[in-house]
Amino acid sequence: MGSTNSTLSKIPNVEELMRETGFSPAHIVRLYDRFESLDKEKTGHLRPEDFGAINRLAMNPIGDRIIGAFFSSGQDTVDFHSFVRILAHFRPAENNRPRDPSLPEPVNSRISKLKFAFQLYDLDKDGKISRAELLQVLRSMMEMQVTEEQLESIADRTIQEADLDRDDAISFEEFRKVPLGDTLTLTQQRVASK
Amino acid sequence: VPSLSPFPFPFSPSMVATWMDGEKASGLGSNSSKGGLSLDVPMALRVFSVDYYHVQAPFEIVLWIMLASLAKLGFHWSGRLPAVVPESCLLIMVGLLVGGVIYGVRHSAPPTLSADAFFLFLLPPIVLDAGYFLPGKLFFENLGTILWYAVLGTLWNVLGIGVCLYGVCLLASGSLGDVSLLHCLLFSSLIAAVDPVAVLSVFQEIHVNEQLHILVFGESLLNDAVTVVLYKLFESFLRLPVVTGVDVLLGGCRVLGVGLGGLGVGLFFGLVAALTSRFTSRAQVIAPLFVFLYSYLSYLTSEMLHLSGIMAIVTCAVTMKQYVEANLSERSNTSIQYFLKMWSSVSETLIFIFLGVSTIQDVHMWSWAFVCSTLLLCLLWRATGVILLTAVVNKVRRNVVTFRDQFIIAYGGLRGAICFSLVFLIDDFPKKRLFITTTIVVILFTVFVQGMTIKPLVELLEVKRRKRNLPTVSEEIHSRLLDHLLAGIEDVVGYWGQHYWKDKFEQFNQRYLCRFLIREERQARSSIVRVYQELERRDERADEEHITHVDVRCQTRPHLLEEMDSIRRILTRNLHSFNNKQIPAYSRHTLHGTPAAEGRKPLRRHQSLGGKHSPWSQVTPTVHSITHSSIQPYS
Repeated sequence: MGSTNSTLSKIPNVEELMRETGFSPAHIVRLYDRFESLDKEKTGHLRPEDFGAINRLAMNPIGDRIIGAFFSSGQDTVDFHSFVRILAHFRPAENNRPRDPSLPEPVNSRISKLKFAFQLYDLDKDGKISRAELLQVLRSMMEMQVTEEQLESIADRTIQEADLDRDDAISFEEFRKVPLGDTLTLTQQRVASK
Repeated sequence: VPSLSPFPFPFSPSMVATWMDGEKASGLGSNSSKGGLSLDVPMALRVFSVDYYHVQAPFEIVLWIMLASLAKLGFHWSGRLPAVVPESCLLIMVGLLVGGVIYGVRHSAPPTLSADAFFLFLLPPIVLDAGYFLPGKLFFENLGTILWYAVLGTLWNVLGIGVCLYGVCLLASGSLGDVSLLHCLLFSSLIAAVDPVAVLSVFQEIHVNEQLHILVFGESLLNDAVTVVLYKLFESFLRLPVVTGVDVLLGGCRVLGVGLGGLGVGLFFGLVAALTSRFTSRAQVIAPLFVFLYSYLSYLTSEMLHLSGIMAIVTCAVTMKQYVEANLSERSNTSIQYFLKMWSSVSETLIFIFLGVSTIQDVHMWSWAFVCSTLLLCLLWRATGVILLTAVVNKVRRNVVTFRDQFIIAYGGLRGAICFSLVFLIDDFPKKRLFITTTIVVILFTVFVQGMTIKPLVELLEVKRRKRNLPTVSEEIHSRLLDHLLAGIEDVVGYWGQHYWKDKFEQFNQRYLCRFLIREERQARSSIVRVYQELERRDERADEEHITHVDVRCQTRPHLLEEMDSIRRILTRNLHSFNNKQIPAYSRHTLHGTPAAEGRKPLRRHQSLGGKHSPWSQVTPTVHSITHSSIQPYS
C-alpha cells in the first residue's frame, strides 16, 4: 500500500483527523481521491458549484439542502477536513462495542445522524421545524400535481403526530421519537461498503 | 373427428345427430352437408338437435377453463379458507374431485396433462408474467447470490439425491434392482428443481421481505437452465451404450451453453420488440400484441434450439420492458399488464387442476422404500445445500442471509408441474410408473404439507416481514427524507464497487440504446419539453384516476379516516421515487399502483428552467432566500 502512505502524507493533521472521525487510512485515501476529483480547479477547497456538478445529486429533491449542510458555518468553501468531518456522520456505527458513557457522543452515532437530518429541515436554525419549513421540504419532495391544500393537510398531519408539547412545531426531541429504525440500519450498511 | 359444417351455426336442419351414434352422425352430417340442403327422405325435419362432436374440442377446453376460474372465485369467497390453505392446494383438491368424478362416470383414466400442452401453452404465460413484473433493481443486485443458489444448489441437489437414491435401490434390490444409476440421476434431476409456479403461488400468501422473495423466486426461474440440461443429458446418456468422461465434460459445457444461449435469444427478441414498439404510434390498438408475440416467439425459438426457454422469455421480458413502456401509451401499457395477469392466472389455475386430475390414474406403482426415501432425501439435501451455500455467500454479501431466511429458502423449495411433465416424457422402462407415482407424491407433499405449514412456521420464526402496518405520515416523510439524504451522501462520496457496472450500463443505455429504441418524442430532451411531456402524461393519467380533493378547514381538527386514506394515497403516488428504495414485491393478484417509475426519470426540478432557483421560488420567495443566501447560485 505504498500509494496509501504517500497520499496520507500529503494531508496535514491526518492522524488527528482519523482519530476524530474514526475512518481508516484506506477510507481517508478514498475520500481524498474523491475530494480531488471534485475539486476541478485544484484550489484545495470545494465550492457549491463543484457539488452541483455531481449529476445525481442535482436530481435529488433535497440536493440543494444537502449541499447547504456542507457549508453550514456560513463559509462558502469547504476544505478537506470539514468535508471528512461531515461525512463522518455517516460511517456505520459499531454496535457491538459497549459505549463508554464518559466519552462524548461518537460522531457517527444514530443521534448524530438524526441531528444532521434535523438540520436539513431546520434552515433558520432555531431548533424547531416550523410548519413553513416542513411545507418547504414537502414541496421539494412531492411531485408537481399535488395541490397546495393537500400539502398543507399532510404538513398538519405530520406535525400533529409528532408534536407533543403542542407548540405547532417539531423540536429535536420530538423528532427523535419518530420510529425510523429500519431506514437507518439499512442505509448504514449501504454507505459502509465501498 | 367432427366435420366442419359449411353452415355457420351448429344446429343445422340437415344434421341429425344423437348422443350415441357419434361417428355415424358426423358421417351422416358430412354426407348431407356436401349436398347442401338436401335432406334424407326418411329422416324427419328436426327443429332442435344437438351436435356435440362438432364443437367438442373447444367446448371442453372452455369448460375446463371455466371450471378453473369458478373454483378460483369460489375459493376467494369461502371465508376463512384462504387464510389457512394456499390456493394451489385447493385447486389440486378440486382437480382430484373432478378426476374422481370422471373416473367414476367413465371407468377409465381421465385426461392427463400432456407434456406438450404444458410446456407450450400453459407455462409461458406464467413465466412471462413473472419476468415482466420482476423487480429489476432488486433482482440484479442479488443476481450473484441467485445464480449461486440456482446453479450450484441444483447441482448439489441432483447429484446428492441421485447417488443416495441409487444406494437405496441397491439396498432394496429385491424390488428396485433394475433401477440403474443413470435412471436415478435422471429422476433426481427432475425432482430436485424448484418450481416457479408453485413457489409464486405459495409465497403470495405469506408476506416475506422482498429480498427473500426475490432470492427464492429468482432461483426457481434460473435453475431451469440447469434442470433442462441435466435432464436432457441423462436422457441421452441412457440412450448411449457407454458413457465416457468426455461425455460428462461436454455435458458441463452444455449447461453454460444452454443458459447463455437462452439469455442471448431472449435479449435478441427483446431488443427487436423494443424497436418494433417504437413504430406503433399509428396503430396503438395492436401494440400490446407485439409484446406477447415476441416473447412467445423467443420461448419457442429457444425450445426449438434446445436452449432454456424460461431464461429466454424472462430475459426478453426484462429487456423490452423499459423501452416498450416508454414507447406505448398508458392504455396500451395497462392492457399489457391486465392481459398478462389474466393469462398467467388462468394458466396457473389450469395447471393445478390438471395436477389433481392426473393423479387419478389407472396404474400406480408403489414402493414404500423409494417414495419415502425420495421425500426424505429431497428435504435433507436441500437443507444442507442451502446451509453450505449460504455460509459461503454470506462472506461476500452486504445484507446477510440470516438463519431464518435460510430456513424459509430451504423449506420454500416447492416442486410443481414442471417435474410432473418431465417425468411423463421419460422413455418407457419397467419402473416408469414408479417414478410417476413418486413424483406425484412429492409434488402433493410439498404443495400441501410445506405449502400449508410455511405460513405458521414463518410466523413462528418471525421472519423479517414486509411492514404490514401502515407507517404514520411523519414516518413516511422523515424516512423518505433520510433516504434522499443518504443517497445524496453516497453521490457525494462517489459510490463505486457494486454500482460501477450499473452506472456504466446506465450510461450506455442512455447514450445508445434509448436513442435507438425509444420513439423520438418520448426521449428526454430539453427540460421545458420534458416538463411539458410529463404534464401531458399526467393529464392522461388524471383522466383515469381521480385524485381526491382533500378539503382542509382548520389545522387542529382531527383528521377523518377518508382524509387519512387520501393522504396516504397522495404520499404513495407522489413522493419522489428514491433510487434504491425497495419496490413492492411482485404480486400475482394485483397490479401495484406505482407508475412505471423505473423508466421515467423524476421530474428534474432543480436543473430545469435555468437552474438557479427551484420552481417554487416564485411561490415562496421569503423562505427560499434563506436557503440561497448562504449558497452561491450554482448550475
